[in-house]
Amino acid sequence: MPTVSVLKQQLFDLLGKNYTNEEFDELCFEFGIELDEDTTEEALKNNEEPQLKIEIGANRYDLLCIEGIAQSLNEYLGRAESPKYKLTAPTTKLIVDPTVAQIRPYCASAILRNIKFDAKSYASFIALQDKLHSNLCRNRSLVAMGTHDLDTMQLPVHYRALPPKDIKFVPLNQTKEFNGEELIEFYNQPEQKSNIGRFTHIIEDSPVFPVIMDDNDVVCSLPPLINSEHTKISMDTRNIFIDITATDKTKAEIVVNMLVSMFSRYCDEPFTVEPVTIESDHNGESRVCPDISERVMDVSIKYINSCLGLEQTPEEIAACLKKMSLKAVSSTENKDVMHVSIPITRPDILHRCDIMEDAAVGYGYNNLPKGEKLSNANFISTPLPINKVSDIFRAASAQASWVEVLPLTLCSHDENFKFIRVEDDGTKVVQLANPKTLEYQVVRTTLLPGILKTVKENRKHSLPIKLFETGDVVFKNEQLERKAYNERHWGAIYVGKNSGFEIIQGLLGKIMQTFRTNWLIDYGVSSSGRGYWIEEDKSLTTYFEGRGARIMFRSKEGEQAQQIGHLGVLHPEVMNNFDIPHAASYVEINAEVFL
Amino acid sequence: MSAFQLEVLKQLDILGEIKSTTAVFANVNPQDVLSVLNSLKAHGKLTYTKNETITYDLSEEGNNILNNGSHEVKLVQLINDMGKLQIKDVTSKLGPNGKVGQARAFKNGWIIKTKENELELSDKAKDPSAIVDETKDILEKIIKNEPIDNKIIADLKKRKLIIPKKNADFSVIKGPDFSLDLIKSETDVTSDMITSGSYKDAKFKPYNFNSQGIDPQSGALHPLNKVREEFRQIFFSMGFTEMPSNQYVETGFWNFDALYVPQQHPARDLQDTFYIKDPSKSDLPEDKVYMNNIKAVHEEGKFDSIGYRYNWKAEESQKLVLRTHTTAISAAMLHKLAKDPKPTRLFSIDRVFRNEAVDATHLAEFHQVEGVLADYNITLGDLIKFMEEFFAKMGVTGLRFKPTYNPYTEPSMEIFSWHEGLGKWVEIGNSGMFRPEMLEPMGLPRDLRVLGWGLSLERPTMIKYKVQNIRELLGHKVSLDFIESNPAARLDEDLYE
Repeated sequence: MPTVSVLKQQLFDLLGKNYTNEEFDELCFEFGIELDEDTTEEALKNNEEPQLKIEIGANRYDLLCIEGIAQSLNEYLGRAESPKYKLTAPTTKLIVDPTVAQIRPYCASAILRNIKFDAKSYASFIALQDKLHSNLCRNRSLVAMGTHDLDTMQLPVHYRALPPKDIKFVPLNQTKEFNGEELIEFYNQPEQKSNIGRFTHIIEDSPVFPVIMDDNDVVCSLPPLINSEHTKISMDTRNIFIDITATDKTKAEIVVNMLVSMFSRYCDEPFTVEPVTIESDHNGESRVCPDISERVMDVSIKYINSCLGLEQTPEEIAACLKKMSLKAVSSTENKDVMHVSIPITRPDILHRCDIMEDAAVGYGYNNLPKGEKLSNANFISTPLPINKVSDIFRAASAQASWVEVLPLTLCSHDENFKFIRVEDDGTKVVQLANPKTLEYQVVRTTLLPGILKTVKENRKHSLPIKLFETGDVVFKNEQLERKAYNERHWGAIYVGKNSGFEIIQGLLGKIMQTFRTNWLIDYGVSSSGRGYWIEEDKSLTTYFEGRGARIMFRSKEGEQAQQIGHLGVLHPEVMNNFDIPHAASYVEINAEVFL
Repeated sequence: MSAFQLEVLKQLDILGEIKSTTAVFANVNPQDVLSVLNSLKAHGKLTYTKNETITYDLSEEGNNILNNGSHEVKLVQLINDMGKLQIKDVTSKLGPNGKVGQARAFKNGWIIKTKENELELSDKAKDPSAIVDETKDILEKIIKNEPIDNKIIADLKKRKLIIPKKNADFSVIKGPDFSLDLIKSETDVTSDMITSGSYKDAKFKPYNFNSQGIDPQSGALHPLNKVREEFRQIFFSMGFTEMPSNQYVETGFWNFDALYVPQQHPARDLQDTFYIKDPSKSDLPEDKVYMNNIKAVHEEGKFDSIGYRYNWKAEESQKLVLRTHTTAISAAMLHKLAKDPKPTRLFSIDRVFRNEAVDATHLAEFHQVEGVLADYNITLGDLIKFMEEFFAKMGVTGLRFKPTYNPYTEPSMEIFSWHEGLGKWVEIGNSGMFRPEMLEPMGLPRDLRVLGWGLSLERPTMIKYKVQNIRELLGHKVSLDFIESNPAARLDEDLYE
């Protein structure tokens, strides 16, 4: 969830009341935002203005600046009406060249005429662009915006895509002219990596770069990177040209609407916006922009009441919705229907369920009547079968005096293979594409690495150390939709001065006996019924030579015996790889055979 | 019982009390007396107090004096026999002690020295038989144990005529179980006693109850799994069936698209989600009608939604991820439910994965507790009431609900409870009604509303049991001592005292 910092006193002035933290907390809570931090104490020390850090919903772009937070809270408190946005007649055009189709096909635009900033509103204007860029615009990849001093531009404006070499301008806050190629090189320098350098990847491999130019071919901006020094705005700028370029048409509209709805309040005629005619015939996107008309969504009164467990009149519902900036009027044709007007500040409303939620917030979640409808009587609960099997393993192991551990599922490739002396044949293990550390490279295919790491962390514990885990390992399988599946395994270790092979073997016997499975002498020959035995397996390189065996299981009379796991004395190299100065024996089996 | 033990008891019986064992059992070694007293005391036959006294034995020289007279008397007798004695001959006649005799004889005024360095008897000692040999008399008193002045004792010690000896003397009275026989106290009840019935007559040594027992050899279940079991039992008690959540690898489709998370949503960033390199891509879901519904509801809107209005890409759906929530499983279960829609209750408690930087409260893996409840025409008030009942079962009451945003629920409610220990409202879970854009593409009927809620397993465990660092709870850095000594998990148990 995004966090917005606002000046505490400025917000309280806008809300017409100096709230105590408790009161403000309460207000935020009921409205659905969260007071994260009040910097008053820190600010007083540093002689700064105290701020409030407010966490807002990730879909409420209208709350990304103080103007929007104050507007919404005032409407919620009944202190203000929703602004009525007005368009004047367009006076200029943004002419879109078909060449942009291959790089950044969509654009939007608007003009804020006769605006008057002060230091605070100017800072907020800049900050909102940053917030939009990093949230809705996905770090400028989907949408980028530029704001320009209209009075420096020769109109109309053009949006084109040009070869980088042909784009020449002095970028914002620089003195030297760059061409497109040089600019990429400049921003790819290490010192720019955390700044504009974060965005070069969006266009750098393209043969053409998008560019906004005025009618004299003076570059205004090179989206999504940088504006030009030439059209730079300041606190004193009176007329602002907004350019929006995008790969996502819907979000471009949202962004231009946010900028004009939040900042047209500072124009000489508040909430009035001058639109721009966009000429984009090649892709059918020609229009007058922005479109500030309110959407109307019809919603059933019965539906809202049914979801909220209320029996409100249309007027009562309308009053709740008004607190949330939504204007509802009853339909003249259908008594059950309300027409709800959704302002341009609320693109988060996609479905009538969003209106229903606002009706609930307007009413107050904590005021809703508590329902009594949900009885537990008609439901029969069942555990997941494999979890039931797991619990049998867990109880039996703990009863046999083993201690349950819970290592992580992710581990390094070495831990899952090299350190336990196993080759990766590429057929089993799921590998991660983008781990932040080497600790998480693969999803384990055996419980052993996690158990050994737990032993390593506890190697000063008194001996013997007896640990077990019942958990999932993951194997690849190309036949499946998800290309991989979990398998429940049980693994147990004995660590001591001696390897304790017969102790681990004894534990296995105890577990098998718990699952009604007896040991069969003579490697399964003595009986053709259910049972298990172990036989030496030289391919088990995790174990010391001549000390590793596979575990064979026959589930019932006439069934083929299958290998369900292995046990043995862990190879001294394995112990060394995990820095454990003791001897150990280990057993692991596939728990799913007992399903 | 030894003869001497019996003798002691008999004497005690006759005398009523024994004031001094050294007097009564003069011939018995005091060490043997003590050991017998101790053993009888342990049986409650008697109690005793120790009175330490000092007596004196004569040294060899002292014995000699006692038998033959003191050195000074011997000198007087010699001079009396000889008339006179050259001083230089004293040693040769009487040995080295002659000088001692000479000095004491002078001191007593029994002899005088002539000008010729000869010794003569003084007038006092003209009749040697009348001389009192005080030294010998004192030593006689010593061996008779008669009281003697301390100064004299000190003088005798200095003259090395006597040797002090500590005497362990005891005074003894009858104990609570005094009798003339002796039964041995037992320390333990044995099987022999039970079969023979001998426990009935046996005496048992008293136990010291102010001590701890021996630690039993024991295994242990992991604390987090114990809390998990508490949650499972709460779900079972409310009619919930466990979902098959044993599928860590998910597709972009089920983990995100199905839940109406748009393909550009930040949750799908490499920063937040583990993507999978090998295997490289998933199949698309088998149910093509469903898939096309999902595409439509994202791309252009459907089911009365205006949609997100972007180009939905199958490749994005086919990316494999480690599931970021168990809601991916819930989605698959609800899709299955659409074939036979009916009121349903499902839950899971299982691992989820986030590509987050690891710190004291974040791990790349943790457990999500998730409940899903589908029923006809249920209300938000029903959800609130149900949450109150659910959390009351884990001892959490007084909930407050805060509006929040979640891509796949609307309305969405964060659940807060007042935490007495922390002195503030803490978020304990997230809940909501699944969006129609998630449910209707599956073919679920409109009036079958579905509630979902979730919380992490680790967070309430850490708050409840005051674990500061998640790595001390989950993963290989956990201390085995912590697991071994962890008490039973009882979520309904009030830990604030």
